[in-house]
Amino acid sequence: MEAPITFTSTGFWRGVRRSLPLVAGLSPFGFVVGLITQHHGLNVVQCMAMNAFVYAGASELVALANWTHPAPILAAAFAALVVNLRFALMGPVLAPWLAGIQTLPRYTSLAVLVDHSWAISVTDMRNGGRDFGLYVGISVPLWLGWMAATTAGFLSASTLNLPPHHPLFFGALAAFVALLVPLWRGKTDILPWLVAAGVAVTVAYAVPHTSWYIVSGAISGCITGALLETKRHE
Amino acid sequence: MNNNVSIYLAIAAMALVTWACRCGGYLLFSRITPSPALRRALVYLPGCIFIAYVVPALVSGPPQNWGGAAVTMATMATSRNVGLSIAAGVVALFAIDGVTGFFS
Repeated sequence: MEAPITFTSTGFWRGVRRSLPLVAGLSPFGFVVGLITQHHGLNVVQCMAMNAFVYAGASELVALANWTHPAPILAAAFAALVVNLRFALMGPVLAPWLAGIQTLPRYTSLAVLVDHSWAISVTDMRNGGRDFGLYVGISVPLWLGWMAATTAGFLSASTLNLPPHHPLFFGALAAFVALLVPLWRGKTDILPWLVAAGVAVTVAYAVPHTSWYIVSGAISGCITGALLETKRHE
Repeated sequence: MNNNVSIYLAIAAMALVTWACRCGGYLLFSRITPSPALRRALVYLPGCIFIAYVVPALVSGPPQNWGGAAVTMATMATSRNVGLSIAAGVVALFAIDGVTGFFS
């Protein structure tokens, strides 16, 4: 019998501490999302509503790139679907933790699931972590930081003009690169990761502006890993 | 349709679809019992999902990002400190931009 899932304030504050560098790393990205929202004619309340409830920057950028007046309801929903489909792969991995908490906090927690909180939680879970406070502790500052960064970007849109490849914007990608490192488990990962990267690059080239490349890359990497493991056991 | 109403409807539609993505996978898997093969595959998911993100982003971005990513990765491998690694990558990129700008 495994230890029960707990929720401690120690775990919560550990999550808060782990989230702070991510809040800093992601704020340039949030800032850009805010800037672009202003460029497409949304007002500040609409900008805040989108970031509070959709809370998935990449999908917001794709939807805004194809924005019209009146707003494209179906196209925006479709953009959200294809870019955010990857979240459907992430939820099941958190199942051991989610199963241990009540229904309302469970679906509220899932509503603020993002790549970064997921990566840290999965790493902790693999090391035997059973404290759901960690996930909540990461999620709260990330959400607040995202709201602050996007709103700040929106409000400074008229006065500021950073070039698209300004080094600060690399912070968002650097956060992903950093989170990738502790997910490495050794030599068995080499081939699955190569397959995932190869498929992802190909699909990203074939179907740009969606997240099919993430979903197809991740699934082909997983299949490769499972096949290799089956072969080793034979 | 009134432009403001359409904007709020679009935001609501996006929020609903995104929430369905976030909950849908979990709901599906909590109703089925994953087979041993599926469980073996899921172990590889975290690494593969992140590599499937990072590599296409690097391939389509400016070449100096590879340098920034290498510095971020090396810092993370030695320090296990996310904040330090992000900062090191961004600083490295400023440095690369400075050097290449100096020679161009």
